[in-house]
This record gives sequence, structure tokens and C-alpha cells, in this order.
Amino acid sequence: MLMKFDHKKNHLTDIAFVVPSLLGVSLFVLIPFIDVIRRSFMNVAGTAFVFLNNYLAIFRNAAFMMAFTNTLKFMVICIPILLAFSLLIATFLNAGIRGANYLKTAYLVPMAIPVASVVLIWRLLFHENGFFSGFVNMLGLQPQDWMDTSYAFWILVFSYVWKNLGYNIVLWMAGLTAIPDTLYEAARADGANNFQCFWYITMPNLMSTLYTITVLAFLNSFKVFREAYLVAGDYPHESMYLLQHLFNNWFRELSLDKMSAAAVIVALLILLLILGLQRSWDQTD
Amino acid sequence: MKHKIFKRLLILLLLILAVIICFPVLFLIVGSLMGNDELNHYLGAVLGRSDGFASWALLPTWPTFKAYVQLLLDSPEFFVMFWNSIKMTGAILIGQVLTGVPAAWGFAKLNIPHKKLLFNLYIILMLMPFQVTMLSNYLTLDRMNLMNTSWAIILPAAFSTFPVFIMYHFFRNIPDVIIESAKLDGANKIQVFFYIGIPLGSSGIVSSLVLSFLDAWNLIEQPLTFLKDKTLWPLSLYLPNISMENAGLAFVASVITLIPSLLVFLAGQNYLEQGIAASAVKE
Repeated sequence: MLMKFDHKKNHLTDIAFVVPSLLGVSLFVLIPFIDVIRRSFMNVAGTAFVFLNNYLAIFRNAAFMMAFTNTLKFMVICIPILLAFSLLIATFLNAGIRGANYLKTAYLVPMAIPVASVVLIWRLLFHENGFFSGFVNMLGLQPQDWMDTSYAFWILVFSYVWKNLGYNIVLWMAGLTAIPDTLYEAARADGANNFQCFWYITMPNLMSTLYTITVLAFLNSFKVFREAYLVAGDYPHESMYLLQHLFNNWFRELSLDKMSAAAVIVALLILLLILGLQRSWDQTD
Repeated sequence: MKHKIFKRLLILLLLILAVIICFPVLFLIVGSLMGNDELNHYLGAVLGRSDGFASWALLPTWPTFKAYVQLLLDSPEFFVMFWNSIKMTGAILIGQVLTGVPAAWGFAKLNIPHKKLLFNLYIILMLMPFQVTMLSNYLTLDRMNLMNTSWAIILPAAFSTFPVFIMYHFFRNIPDVIIESAKLDGANKIQVFFYIGIPLGSSGIVSSLVLSFLDAWNLIEQPLTFLKDKTLWPLSLYLPNISMENAGLAFVASVITLIPSLLVFLAGQNYLEQGIAASAVKE
């Protein structure tokens, strides 16, 4: 009896450690999100049940479809570029180059540069009479206001890679150093060359790192909205009108019905992605 | 021999890349030290004051602190926003330590019902972008009458699950033997947490603080959505509101926004790397 009591008391102290955090998370995210799910099936005033109407409405909404396609296109393009490029550099740095540590620091610097500071450079770079136009003019091409063309999308991709390169290099290097040297030594003894070592040892052993990196790269890709918004405002060039812009604009118009349906859809897609990646990751072991 | 040349060439390429990546910092510092005349000379084309294209110099010809003096002495709204940023960032970090450290310890080392489920929930929440949780945050903040106050930014960020996730990995690596021997010596759970958990997991706490600082100093979406009153806005929203007419001020404001962030980065670089790397480790 006493044992049991003691055990229970211990249990309560344990739980007390997570309670404050759990309370805050529930109050600000979990419980209201359930309310968001409920609202996604109601009309904007929250007075009548409209079943799937909000969902049908957003999929028929041209702005939503455009923002959705752009966001998806952005991720499909920039994440592979970032992952491949950072892996390449991480392998070089890991190969015992002198000063690798300094280089790594240099690549991480963009993480410390506030978006607000970058915005000024963007404006000067991509203005019609800016640095980039000057460079293009030298090559005999037509200068233009780059942020207002479909190039805006690629500027966003570039900015994302610039900002996240160092972060991803560090992640890859953590994965690379975890691979035991003995594997490589054995392969070399069997006559494997650099490329074979990379393909048959490095790649398979990096699969678990790949999962984390993909998920984090995905999460960070949502943050390019900061640059996009600060440079181009609420309604940028069509090619970079992202879901984030749309959410912002709906919020300002208080279209809570559409917003809740869109939030549920995005949350669902992200959840599916995480579970899907997790699954393929588990299978590789 | 061929191998050596290849290696040299590779280092050179990596070095050039590093210079390009870090160039913005140099660019901003140089610009902030230029006088108005010099800035007009180089950037006149962008400012609509001359033809041709913008150009630049590697160093200012007549370096001056005039723009710094102007911003620091004649722009009271800049001070207000700087102070807002410090206040918000500080409060967010304190909140994350107070609630996040015990939670991370709990998930890593204590016996909590449905631990796995709860922690997975934390990871999923950590991966949701602001746009998904924005409406949820708003509903709570509105009901608590916190909209358009600094708390609207501080509270949701203080309960972010990302720091818990980072610290969890560090606490996890503390060997159970140490904890067991402390218990044998008569330490209770609170004592174990304070005398073993916190000291041995301190690098994890610092790592998560460095990552959180860089994020909190950069908040854009949250103040933009939840703060109508511009006197409450943080520094990150000051710059976009300066017109290009005041290029000198814009450069100085950029540099001043950059300094705290860069200092934290340089001081905490090892912790930052450890923090990033911690999430790459397989569970």
C-alpha cells in the first residue's frame, strides 16, 4: 500500500515538470486548433454548419490555387538544390581541408543577418538601375525591375539557399562524422575509389540524416515569406505570391472561414509529409 | 601532384563562395560609414537622381559617423523599436527557459504517461509554420484581450516546442548511471534536476537559446499580424519603413540591427553548431 502511494507521488512530481509547457502549448495552439477545425465547417459568422463548403470554396478560389501552386513549386525546386549543394560542400569540408572550421563559420553567417538588414541589399541589387541591372547591361542585355518579373521567384530561391546553406552543411557534417572510419578503410582495402566510397558507404549511411534535413528544410522554406514580404509587400509579383501572403491578406479581411479551412489543409499536408518521410526512413534501416 | 592542384583549386572555390556569402555584412558596414554625398554618387541611379546604374566601392573614401549620430540622436522612434526588440526577445527567452527546460528534462529522463505520444506531438507542432498556428494563436489572444500588446508576441513564442526538442537531445545524453548514483546518495528528483540535469545539459540550454535568439530577433510575421500599434513594433519592422531617400539611415539601421545578432552568433557559434547537429542525431 505504502509502495503504491509512494510510486504515485513520484509520478506526480515527474508530471509536474512538463505541465507548465504542456499547458501553454495546449492553450495557445492545441485547443484553439480544434476550434479552427470546427470553424472550417462553419460559415464566417460561426452560426451555421456548412459542411465542406469552405473547402470547396478555397479550391475554387483562384488566389488560393495560385498561392498553393507557387508555394509547392518553390519547395520542389529549392529544397533539392539546397540539399544537394550543402551535401557537396559538407563532403569537401569533411575531407580534411585546412581551415574547414573557418569556412563553416563563414557559411553560417547568413543565419545571423536579420532579414530586415538584407532587404536593403535586395532593393539595391534588383532595382531597375541597381547592381544586377548594371551587370546585365554590361553583357548587352535589357535591364529591368527584377522584383517585378517572373525572375522574382528565382531571387527568392537564391535567397533561401544563401540563408540556409550553412545550417544544412552543419547538419550534413553531423551525419558524416557519425559514419565509422573503419567502413571506408575496409572499402579502400578492397580497392574502392572516392566515388564508389561516396555512393556505397556515405549515401546509404546518410539516409537518417536526410529525413531530418528534409523536414527542417521544408519548415524553413516557409520563412522566405519574410524576405518576400519586406521587399515586395502584400501583393508581390504573381510568381512569388505565396500561401503566406494569402493567409496574411485573408487575416486582414477577417475571412476566418477560408483561413481555417486552408490552415487545416496545410496542417494535414505537412502531417502526411512528415509521416511519409518517417515511414520511408524507418524502412531503410 | 594532380591531386594537390585539385585540392588547392577546391579550397580556392570554397573560399570565394565564403566571401560571396559574407559579402552583405561588409557591404552594409561600408555603406553605413559613407557620407550622403558619397552614397548619392554611387547609388544615385537607384535613388532616381542620376542616370546609369548603381556602383560601389570596396571602402568608403571619406569615412564618417554622421549617419550613426543622426540615427542615434535624432530618431527617437528608432530607440523605441530597438528597446521593443530587446524586451520581446528577452521575455521570449526567459519564458522558454522557465517552461522548456523542465519539460525537456521530463521528456528525456522522467516517467511521464504517454511520453512518446506527447513528444511526437511536440515535434509535429514544431514543424508547423506560423501560418497554420496563426489563427489558433489569434483566437486565444483575442479571448484573453492580449491583441495589440507585446504579450501577443511573447506568450506564443515562449511556449514554442522547438527549444524543448533541442534541449531534449542534450539531456538524453546524460548517462543514467550518474542519476542513479545521485539518487542512492539521497537526492530527490528536484535536486537531481538542479544539480545534475542543468549543469550537464547546460550546453543544450545555451544552444537552444542561441537558436531562439536569432529567430526572436527576426520576428516579422507575428508583430505584423498581432500588433496594430506601430509604437510596439520591433526593430525588424523599422527598416522596411525607411524610404530609399534616406539611404544613409537605412544602412546604419541595418548595421545596428545586425550587431546584436552577429555578436550572439560569434559568441555562441560552437553552441549553435551543437544545437543544429543535435537535431540530426537519430532517435
